[in-house]
Amino acid sequence: MSDDSIVVETTRRIFADLADPQTLNAAKDDAWKTALWSALEESGLTLAWVPEEAGGAGAEMADGFDVLRISGQYAAPAPLAETLLAGLTLARAGIALPDGPMTVGPIRDGDALRLAGGTVSGRARAVPFARDALHLVAMVEDEAGAAHVALIAIGDAAAADRAADLGAGRADLHFDGVAPAALAPAPEGFGPADFQRLGAVMRVQQMAGALETALDMCTRYVQERVAFGKPIGKFQAVQQNLARLAGEVAAALTAASSSADTLEKWMAGDADITPEDLFLECASAKIRTGEAANEGAAIAHQAHGAIGFTNEYVLQRYTRTLFGWRDDFGGEARWALNLGNAMAARGADALWPALTRR
Amino acid sequence: MQTAIRFDPERLPPRTRELREEVRDFLKSEADAGTFDPARAYKSRGFDRGFSRRVAAKGWIGLTWPKKYGGQERSFLDRYVVSEEFTAACAPVGCHFVADRQSGPVIIRYAKEEIKEEVLPKIIAGEACFCIGMSEPGSGSDLFAASTKAEKVDGGFKVNGTKIWTSNAHRADYMIGLFRTSPPTKENRRHGLTQFLVDMKTPGIKCSPIRNMAGGSEFNEVHFTDMFLPDNVVLGEVDGAWKQATSELAYERSGPERFLDTFFVLTAMMKVLGESPDPRTAESLGRLVAQLHTMRRMSVSVAGMLEQGKEPVLEASIVKDLGTIWEQALPGKARDIAAFHDGAAPLGANAPSFEDVLDYATLVAPKLTIQGGTTEILRGIIARGLGLR
Repeated sequence: MSDDSIVVETTRRIFADLADPQTLNAAKDDAWKTALWSALEESGLTLAWVPEEAGGAGAEMADGFDVLRISGQYAAPAPLAETLLAGLTLARAGIALPDGPMTVGPIRDGDALRLAGGTVSGRARAVPFARDALHLVAMVEDEAGAAHVALIAIGDAAAADRAADLGAGRADLHFDGVAPAALAPAPEGFGPADFQRLGAVMRVQQMAGALETALDMCTRYVQERVAFGKPIGKFQAVQQNLARLAGEVAAALTAASSSADTLEKWMAGDADITPEDLFLECASAKIRTGEAANEGAAIAHQAHGAIGFTNEYVLQRYTRTLFGWRDDFGGEARWALNLGNAMAARGADALWPALTRR
Repeated sequence: MQTAIRFDPERLPPRTRELREEVRDFLKSEADAGTFDPARAYKSRGFDRGFSRRVAAKGWIGLTWPKKYGGQERSFLDRYVVSEEFTAACAPVGCHFVADRQSGPVIIRYAKEEIKEEVLPKIIAGEACFCIGMSEPGSGSDLFAASTKAEKVDGGFKVNGTKIWTSNAHRADYMIGLFRTSPPTKENRRHGLTQFLVDMKTPGIKCSPIRNMAGGSEFNEVHFTDMFLPDNVVLGEVDGAWKQATSELAYERSGPERFLDTFFVLTAMMKVLGESPDPRTAESLGRLVAQLHTMRRMSVSVAGMLEQGKEPVLEASIVKDLGTIWEQALPGKARDIAAFHDGAAPLGANAPSFEDVLDYATLVAPKLTIQGGTTEILRGIIARGLGLR
């Protein structure tokens, strides 16, 4: 992770200026959304992974992953990750990019969109930023089982609010015979599995960033909050909990940097990385980071006491969003099932060689 | 809005693959020759001077040390490969492991030149086994409460007192001992301790074995009665050992042995589960693999930082905390995951059953979060890294 690239510096500045979580949390209206999105768009960040010839910024994959971790440090208040993934997918499929924020879906286990007679039908639960995005980019399957990339106007779907708000402005979308705004066969080398894997690694970057901030909030809070005559951070029980949180954050950061590095090299055609290496990296990252989110959120709330459970305090922006991200692009259980099956099939004696290839 | 924690994506360079194959071939030939039984090695973690000498002949002890003492000045990542292969295979490294990991580096850093020239080549040849004399009956985690006294006398020091939990003391050639040379001061309770290189043949040493709950007896109580140590075996600064301790911790705490101690349970469990487990079982296995892979990436990342000359004390403490908790919990998880399978069947020709393996691991597990720095001490270090202490 280089901290120095212009892309990364720009991202830091925009988020620091326009996405301060306290300010956003207290905002009476959505004016900040427009300001933030305009700044991200003007700097080229929203189309970072779209090649220049297709109208994007043509940034490195690595820079994009860093951008996502930074957006996670601010609880990702805009559909930046979603638009990055949508843009990359459209560009690879040769579909012209629409204006405005985009989202992606379906991204939940058990959901699918099907293409029949030129129209799309199906369900996409918990689509992030469903009310902010103008378009949804989806991998859809036709009657013959072939994958296509579809660009769909969000307004063509029936949207239903989720029962509870696990961050990222989610809604359930139902499509019933919707004609896509554009359609193309899934590009060579970027099918549904690649889309899912990239999405998972993107979420891992964001989760690691959000956990970093949660730890940071905790260390500050326990040094400010006084109880029994001293800052609670002086109590060993509290210190030990925060040390555990640091361990979870460290695991998430490791999973994030390792999976991003591996996927980026794989996408660049690095012949040294086998499909098995890639799968181990991405599956492990999504599983372990999901676990870190569970454990980390619980400890962060414990450290904050009741104040952390209030809407007024910003910790909830992070923990709610973390809870929601766990289930995007495959939850821990789904990835673990696939990883466990793959390892079991290769046999006990193949485990150690598989773990130690790199 | 940035934590101080950093784990860059370090990889073991492709050139290490050849080394790894060499180590695997070596272990296979040792097993074929009957040096150790891979199916049962988990139980002994043997001590075998012949094995250590043959490892030395391969050049795998003191791999990273200066050439002028017989080392090879190879990368810390090369050492990592050798170390993780030996650990995963439960190879009988007992005679050289401690010297290679931490005693040698202490000597390189703090010993007098003539001592380095005498002792380092012996370690590199697999001829010098080391033990570590830190804990005492009255001081474990609270290292700076050590009271074994090294009193200044003409030409050296006279040592009296007792060390405890000293692995391999009864068969070690040397000890690196931490002894009190002055009382602590009001300002600094860590002041007054000194590290010494002790030749275990020195008169005045008595070792009494302590049997542990898993049936082993590597532990010892070591009594010193008027043991004389010459001035030239002082390591570093008299009264200033506390300044020397911290930088070594990163080496001691982040290695593969900090999460692989019960790895044999995982492979045994996989053999019981078979190649097509039911979904919940497969999911449980997948989680363990993901956790282990992430642990290893963290550990390799720290090795990379050490290679770059950094002192990642916080990161290394995190690796040991997470790693030992994981390896300690593994037997219990494996027990649950495999509960509905036949654990009594042998895991191969002439091999133990899963139950045998599990029972042993279960008895060993409690020590993992105690040895080499307890969980509580590690978390204290991490909390300090976070600015809370």
